[in-house]
Amino acid sequence: MTTYLENTADLPPGDPESEAPDTTRGLSQGRLVLKRFLGHRAAIVSLVALVLIILLAISSIGIGPISGWWKYSYTDIPTIANGGRPTLQLFPFSLGEHPFGQDRVGRDSFAMTMRGTQISLTITVLVGFTAAFIGIVIGALSGYFRGWLESVLMRFTDMIIIIPILISASVIAYKAGNIGGFWFLGLFLGLVSWTGMARLVRGDFLTLREREFVDAARLAGASDARIIFKHILPNAIGVITVNTTLLMSSAILLETALSYLGLGVQPPDTSLGRLISDNQAAFTTRPWLFWWPGLFIVAICLCINFVGDGLRDAFDPRQKKFSVRQMNRASRAEARAIRKAQASASQAPEADDAGSGGGA
Amino acid sequence: MDAHPPEGSSYAMTSYLLRRLLASVLILLGASFIVYMLIAFSGDPLQELRVSNRPNREQLMQARIDLLNLDVPPVLRYFVWLGGAAKCVVPFAQCDLGSSIQGQPVTAALQSAIPSTLQLVTGAAVLAITIGIAVGIVTALRQYSALDYSVTFIAFLFFSLPVFWVAVLLKEFGAIGFNDFLADPRLSTQTIVVGALASGVIWTVILSGSWLRRAITFVSATVVSAGIMYYLSASDWFAYPGIGPVVLVVLGSGIAVGVTAIVAGLQNRPALYASLSMVVLGVLVMTVGAPLLNSMNIWLLILYGAIAVGCGLLAGHLFGGYDPGQSRKAAALTAFIVAILVALDRFMQAWPEYFNNSRVRGRPISTIGATTPNLVGDFWVHGIDKYGHLVLPTFALLLISLASYTRYSRSSMLEVMEQDYVRTARAKGLSERVVVVRHAFRNALIPLATIVAFDIGGLIGGAVITENVFSIKGMGTLFITGIKNVDPNPVMGVFVVVGITAVTFNLLADLAYSALDPRVRVH
Repeated sequence: MTTYLENTADLPPGDPESEAPDTTRGLSQGRLVLKRFLGHRAAIVSLVALVLIILLAISSIGIGPISGWWKYSYTDIPTIANGGRPTLQLFPFSLGEHPFGQDRVGRDSFAMTMRGTQISLTITVLVGFTAAFIGIVIGALSGYFRGWLESVLMRFTDMIIIIPILISASVIAYKAGNIGGFWFLGLFLGLVSWTGMARLVRGDFLTLREREFVDAARLAGASDARIIFKHILPNAIGVITVNTTLLMSSAILLETALSYLGLGVQPPDTSLGRLISDNQAAFTTRPWLFWWPGLFIVAICLCINFVGDGLRDAFDPRQKKFSVRQMNRASRAEARAIRKAQASASQAPEADDAGSGGGA
Repeated sequence: MDAHPPEGSSYAMTSYLLRRLLASVLILLGASFIVYMLIAFSGDPLQELRVSNRPNREQLMQARIDLLNLDVPPVLRYFVWLGGAAKCVVPFAQCDLGSSIQGQPVTAALQSAIPSTLQLVTGAAVLAITIGIAVGIVTALRQYSALDYSVTFIAFLFFSLPVFWVAVLLKEFGAIGFNDFLADPRLSTQTIVVGALASGVIWTVILSGSWLRRAITFVSATVVSAGIMYYLSASDWFAYPGIGPVVLVVLGSGIAVGVTAIVAGLQNRPALYASLSMVVLGVLVMTVGAPLLNSMNIWLLILYGAIAVGCGLLAGHLFGGYDPGQSRKAAALTAFIVAILVALDRFMQAWPEYFNNSRVRGRPISTIGATTPNLVGDFWVHGIDKYGHLVLPTFALLLISLASYTRYSRSSMLEVMEQDYVRTARAKGLSERVVVVRHAFRNALIPLATIVAFDIGGLIGGAVITENVFSIKGMGTLFITGIKNVDPNPVMGVFVVVGITAVTFNLLADLAYSALDPRVRVH
């Protein structure tokens, strides 16, 4: 794969390879992936937007004992001003007293939305990592060792797969919500959403374990653990990364669905799903309470999906990014180069003649 | 791949099927045990009675303990339940899935719940699969165009929508807003201008091309849409809708040309004429044969649809041409679509009657339940009522599942278009239509078959939320109330239905895969 080659002009001076003109240098797999990912505009924009959302959610109301820059907390009950209407203004930009409005008793909707975003994101990340961890362990064990272990683990996976995720999740969430907060909820939801990851990782391991480099490592005396962690897992990282992002985007929707059914995060704490479900009856009187949490869910989920898409394109060497506009630009540049070459060629013979004439 | 002798292969197939069936049954048993334990340990079914202060509390608690066998430990209770459930598969035995906390047998509750969920899920699934695959294929064929980017964005947006958020918005704008509009069905100038510009943009993105062509597309699409909207508004079409023979001729001819172009190619004249003859037939049914449609029931409607397809096959056969098979296909498909249009026109004619019905009182799109109670009217009026109730929940489900099918079919088609056999097909001089329809499209459908089968189980799960928002008494409601009341039997009943569906479709998917792709052989 020498699709991406770096021009020697970009290399720092003194690099031994840059001394020979017209040589190109291959990039490592990681650099290739990074370069392709950075070239995916939608993914980069989404990543930036996601980071901004996270920063906003953390800095505004603070995290734990550290307080943020926003004046209200999500539990404060200030007096209702202006019927609780939102004060956010875009031109000229000003936040005002309650940018996202206030609810029926006067709580600040901005602070609540930020708190909801924090919790929803925490649950999302927890679900993503728990599910990815379990999925990788089960997939790697069954794909690498095969035999009876694979049969047992895969039949178990089949069993979990046919239980619709909403059924297992709501039973678990109902219990988890009663025992202790959103940390448990995230962990428990991770316990039921790893099946897709396990299947994909197993598939990857099944093909990778037959490859020559694994045989070579085994002949060199590498232990099973070393082969798994050093030789196979790094090659499966693409599937794992992409699938983890997709897991996260479905986790945030799963959390909202559960909260809507009253099985997710329990009051007094809140999440984006909980905020929407609490306020759906108020849609006609206080639509802003319904709009803002929903927009945040959509924005977060959209960003994660686009980042996942960018990662998939970046990890997949078969994906050829091919745009008509770039083709046209390239062919125009080529035509210019040819014209230039022709122009210099038509001058060159004379110079050449002159030179050779001079030399003779 | 070496070819198996036929006897050995069929023997391998039978033993494979048997092993798969056995494995599926074991998986179902294991999963049902897990679900039962989950519910059993999720709470105390007696909780609500323990805190109540009714005088006969002890009696009520004892009654409930007897009803749900609560004095038996959960693991044994599961086997008691399993014993009852096993009777469902034994012939001539009374099926017993236990009863709910209120004492209602679960089988009876399921009998009333399954049809309404099935109606919702089937409509949404069929629509999502058809539209999703069509859109996915088109965007794959025009990868990295403006259309591709817009569809990708919209697909991701739909993918990111929480279903109940959409459902509440649909209720607000789709039902309440639209009903308000129908009270005075005139489009304002502002609406016409915005709508026409939007339609111009959409058509430009779809057709694309050079800048001049885009400009022409934009202007003509905008003007035509504005004209149509003005005409519809001025002629009170929204109060008295209909298609009418003239529009049917125009629309039908367009459909006939389009279908022929895809199925047979326009150079196949007999196929085109056969399809056009079906449009003529449709207009005849609409004008002369209108009385035929007045007394109608669902079976008659299906029969008419079958007759339409039969007429198409016959016409294609009669027109023949160098490839009668193509003519038959094109004419049958056209006939089916035209028949749908004719039926739609008949539904539209029943609209004013439905709209002014005393039970509806001018609010035709409803947000709650599955039918209007005590509605009086013929088949068409009842049909409108049913679809008026189904339209919003179906749309909500559709939006969510549409996105994934679009993405799947796009990537599957892209993968196929890069294969060697597609290059070979092009190299030997086949037309682009044949390359896309015959060589690429069919092979792109193979991985989709498995994905669709896997998704069906998930779709039933997704219906839980939609049913809850729109207060449809289906399996979702049964399930949610069961979970909230710590009532194991209804939840297990829903799980049995969903689990069996999922296992069956997974099995079908594997079989379909090996049937469609000869490279995949069962071991």
